[in-house]
Amino acid sequence: MRNAVGAVDSVLVLGGRSEIGAAVAERLVRDGARRVALAARGAADSAGIAEVAARLRAAGASEVHPLEFDAARPETHAAVVEAAAELVGDLDAVVDAFGVLGDQAAFEADPAAAAAAATATYTGHVSAGLAVARRLREQGHGTLVVLSSVAGVRVRRANFVYGSAKAGLDGFAQGLGDALHGSGARVLLVRPGYVRTRMSAHVSAAPFPATPGQVADAVAEGLRTGAETVWVPRRLRLVFAGMRALPRPLWRRLPR
Amino acid sequence: MAAMARRRALLTGWGRTSPTAATVWRPRTAEEAASLLRAAAREPAAARRGAIARGLGRSYGDAAQCAGGAVLDCADLAPGYRLDPGRALVTASAGTSLAELMAHLLPRGFFLPVVPGTRHVTVGGAIGADIHGKNHHADSSFGAHVRALRILTPDGAHREASPGTDPELFWATVGGMGLTGVVTEATFSVVPVETSAMRVDIDRVPDLDAALALMSAHDADYPYSVCWVDLLARGPALGRGVLTRARHARAGELAPAARRDPLAYAPRAVAAAPPHVPPRLLDTWSVRAFNAAYYARAPRRGRGRIQQLSSFFHPLDAVRGWNRLYGPRGLVQYQFALPFGAEEELRRVVAALAAARAPSFLTVLKRLGPGTPAPLSFPIPGWTLALDLPAELPGLAALLHRLDERVLAAGGRIYLAKDSRARAAAVHAMYPRLEEWRALRSRVDPDGVLVSDLARRLEL
Ligand SMILES: Cc1cc2nc3c(=O)[nH]c(=O)nc-3n(C[C@H](O)[C@H](O)[C@H](O)COP(=O)(O)OP(=O)(O)OC[C@H]3O[C@@H](n4cnc5c(N)ncnc54)[C@H](O)[C@@H]3O)c2cc1C
Ligand SMILES: NC(=O)c1ccc[n+]([C@@H]2O[C@H](COP(=O)([O-])OP(=O)(O)OC[C@H]3O[C@@H](n4cnc5c(N)ncnc54)[C@H](OP(=O)(O)O)[C@@H]3O)[C@@H](O)[C@H]2O)c1
Repeated sequence: MRNAVGAVDSVLVLGGRSEIGAAVAERLVRDGARRVALAARGAADSAGIAEVAARLRAAGASEVHPLEFDAARPETHAAVVEAAAELVGDLDAVVDAFGVLGDQAAFEADPAAAAAAATATYTGHVSAGLAVARRLREQGHGTLVVLSSVAGVRVRRANFVYGSAKAGLDGFAQGLGDALHGSGARVLLVRPGYVRTRMSAHVSAAPFPATPGQVADAVAEGLRTGAETVWVPRRLRLVFAGMRALPRPLWRRLPR
Repeated sequence: MAAMARRRALLTGWGRTSPTAATVWRPRTAEEAASLLRAAAREPAAARRGAIARGLGRSYGDAAQCAGGAVLDCADLAPGYRLDPGRALVTASAGTSLAELMAHLLPRGFFLPVVPGTRHVTVGGAIGADIHGKNHHADSSFGAHVRALRILTPDGAHREASPGTDPELFWATVGGMGLTGVVTEATFSVVPVETSAMRVDIDRVPDLDAALALMSAHDADYPYSVCWVDLLARGPALGRGVLTRARHARAGELAPAARRDPLAYAPRAVAAAPPHVPPRLLDTWSVRAFNAAYYARAPRRGRGRIQQLSSFFHPLDAVRGWNRLYGPRGLVQYQFALPFGAEEELRRVVAALAAARAPSFLTVLKRLGPGTPAPLSFPIPGWTLALDLPAELPGLAALLHRLDERVLAAGGRIYLAKDSRARAAAVHAMYPRLEEWRALRSRVDPDGVLVSDLARRLEL
């Protein structure tokens, strides 16, 4: 259960090897969470998952369970959510942290690869998010934390495959949050800017970069306050209010 | 007969934190309540969300919530009560509020054995939390005055329990936070009174030591005693407060005009909190101003003041919905008890709260007397301090965890009816008889049908 000061008892991370997802899980464990499920492709015998699990145990988790999860197999997502609930009980917080940034030029050369990435960044979240929502609605409480991105707030020429998928995800998460209103379940929409992780290592840093730890802090704060949307860092909200107003010819010429 | 009323609703406790959704039922008879429990028990184990009884939702946290499950609102449950004036006993349905009972009993010359800081609680809630009042040092908690309970267990059985017949079930239910069954009816003793007024002595106490000393020396002379504490005072004024001690007034002590109807009792709410309150209304500054004024206004030493019973026991009830003053994020109440001998630790906790500038204006210190045999009952002989804090207070979680550790190390515990944020492990250690209580619960509820958000969170 989420308590009066925002701490939870159980966490499911979809994209259990994600650097940001792991940082969020670690933070929630430090705040009191005891049971964690890490869902990822080949989770059962993944060194990466074992590493995250060890980190979480060191932070105080008493149970960390690996769970098989592939964003590209939407027909399995409901079962993944049920399996997670069997392992950790009620899902107090679900962190949706999977996605593929990829390389825009490569996508333009390989449309099929672009579509596959869009699946991991958008449509996989539709099936997983709806399955999670059904469970949260039944249990009458719980928060789905969705890692969107400022890339989806206004899509840029430089990464529009990723950006458009994030735009879809962002809209989906907002709609889902509204659909869950009054059900006891909630969606916490997280909009980071540039976060230095293995996903973004190949692109140069954008203004106002953040660390996975800062994203984790913002998520913990959002759980505490019951916020619907958090920007990381917070000032990006203002920055993007400005960005949205830029005329298209100018926007088009933005670097990267 | 028409179908039982039900609705899907978001519920919180009085603190208005952690809302969860449940199907709220209003059973009208014990049989209807039994059918609800049986239905909850029939759900396949994997999908079972359970059920819990709810009174007036005056516990601060999540004790009367059952996310995704069934909440049995006891308000319509075979309503009714009867007074046996000869034996000074009342038998009341569990959903009866203490407010209603007081209004019935006082004109007939009786008062409840124990009342909490609000009269808007039910008999079921009073038993579930084994509530204590300003007379705990003299009269123990509510459970000590209960003669018999009718309890509905998850198998649908109606059981009778008293301290003589089935004492295990009786004492597991007293303080059992609704987790051993739904109490449908209770019989308890009431106390004769001559008037509906109180004779009150007031003392301003300059610091915590003075309060502890006065209460230790003279509490025995008064059935009721409580000390309001200015938690924002620091340095030499640490723990300063206003000690109020009282007994029921005798008819001859009333003003001549009041003597014509010494038992008149007509409490009213005189104000209501506005529906929308600016955030951080109750911050360190406003609370400091309130506390300073309250302390200054109190007489240094007042004796024999005659006060209306409702303003002595339930001043907060005069402002309807005062919990909304804490804004949309709600409030956290922290109440702990420390055994006698741990006064030094009590001082350290008060100092830690003062150092943290905890903006609590409803801080209450009380001396506790003998407890009941109930394994989960909160009061132990010693001291209890209760405070209200805004849930949005930065650093609140860490502050209270640190206090939990001190309280635990000193042999104390926190009050489950007030809790909304403790950790399971800490609570398990604070209640060493938890295992004993669990053993009894598994006798009446082997499949874990009765469950609340509190029970899930604290793994009771
Ligand atoms: C302003 C204020 C002041 C307070 N002062 C005090 C005080 O001085 N001393 C004190 O001890 N407490 C105090 N309390 C706490 C309050 O007395 C308890 O939380 C009490 O249990 C609330 O009763 P309720 O009817 O609202 O029950 P709820 O809050 O609805 O339920 C409380 C618990 O009782 C159980 N329960 C309710 N009905 C039944 C039933 N029929 N059968 C079995 N279980 C049942 C519930 O499952 C739950 O676990 C105060 C609360 C407030 C808001
Ligand atoms: N880093 C940033 O700058 C930034 C900024 C804003 C938002 N975000 C978002 O934050 C989230 C986490 O990103 P991150 O920085 O932590 O990157 P990351 O470490 O690369 O994590 C992304 C995770 O997604 C998983 N994934 C990809 N395709 C998958 C599939 N088909 N099925 C299951 N899992 C799949 C990856 O799993 P594998 O381990 O199997 O590859 C990887 O663990 C992402 O949604 C990202 O878009 C990141």
